Amino acid sequence: MEQKDFIPIVQLCEHYSVKISFFNELHDMGLINITTVEKTSYLHQEKISDVEKMIRIHQELNINTEGIDAVFNLLQKIDSLQNELNKLHNRLRLYENDY
Amino acid sequence: MTYIDYYKVLGITKKATENDIKKAYRKMARKYHPDLNPDDKEAEKKFKEINEANEVLSNPENRKKYDKYGKDWKHAEEFEKAQQQQQYQRGGRQGGSAQYSEQDFSDFFSSMFGGGSAGGRGRNVQFRGQDYNAELQLELEDVYRTHKRTLTVNGKNIRLTIPAGVKNGQVIKIKGYGGEGVNGGPKGDLHIKFSILNHSKFKRDKDNLYTTIELDLYKALLGGDVVVDTFDGQVKLKVKPETKNLTQVKLKGKGFPVYKKEGQFGDLYITYKIKIPTKLTTREKELFEELAKLR
Repeated sequence: MEQKDFIPIVQLCEHYSVKISFFNELHDMGLINITTVEKTSYLHQEKISDVEKMIRIHQELNINTEGIDAVFNLLQKIDSLQNELNKLHNRLRLYENDY
Repeated sequence: MTYIDYYKVLGITKKATENDIKKAYRKMARKYHPDLNPDDKEAEKKFKEINEANEVLSNPENRKKYDKYGKDWKHAEEFEKAQQQQQYQRGGRQGGSAQYSEQDFSDFFSSMFGGGSAGGRGRNVQFRGQDYNAELQLELEDVYRTHKRTLTVNGKNIRLTIPAGVKNGQVIKIKGYGGEGVNGGPKGDLHIKFSILNHSKFKRDKDNLYTTIELDLYKALLGGDVVVDTFDGQVKLKVKPETKNLTQVKLKGKGFPVYKKEGQFGDLYITYKIKIPTKLTTREKELFEELAKLR
């Protein structure tokens, strides 16, 4: 992992107008992974899209971090079911095209 | 243009207090928020309706106007004129929000409240548009080299550069290609998930490739050359004499390109599977027996 792939949490707090405690709570929930290097906390850039979604859910829907955790678990389940459904549809289409 | 019952949209009665409206709106928004309903057009539509209802009912002035003229929306224009006249006399108009996007509201709303936001103090909550998810199926050979591809997502053509080495299940985000924002909020993003199909003779593990080639018994015993296919053309390999079955050799840098690291490649691992000759002739049998006696 390169340093440039990480974004300081302080910068994210400023950008999204969120308190640092929000990120710490997400970290404690296991929803994000904060890496600390020389007393500065960082978040990997791959997680930005998820974090943006968590912030929206928190700010727009007044959902706390426990709720976000539950929402994300359910969204993951939906995603995997949707993928499974797509695969089955594709497979079914193969048979339907044969006849 | 049809009348919209905003109370019904929020599931409340006309007697609802400000607090009831707020509660009902929060409850409905949690149910239909685009982040919680990915790829759901119906939810997106419903979410817009809820916002419109909230825009009107959470503002006492607009609510009053809606209650008075809602069903008879055609009179709203006259009401608007009278209001404007009054405002003019008071010395100026109250401004709507500059970030308002007309297409986010129904015709009914526009007719009642004009093209801008619901006027007055204009509580204009903006929401980001829905993220769209799409899956793109590619063959392993396709992602060996960086290439461009045109995709059609929700009727829009998107020219996409697919970097070499993209992995199965990897998701890339294209900013601003998702659903329209609500109340002039930013557009959502498009997430493309790559599904890499592999019909090649190679097995891929991260950036390394694995393949098995058959080696005839004589070449395994005496050594020789074999030609191996790679994604980058054919490679001639020297087989050492007395090579054992399932020996693995590594071709450095002949694996798969490393994602977004130009010029870097994984390795190619080749396993030799020794093929035992069958349907031996009488002469061959004699020679093998002779060999056996020598051991």
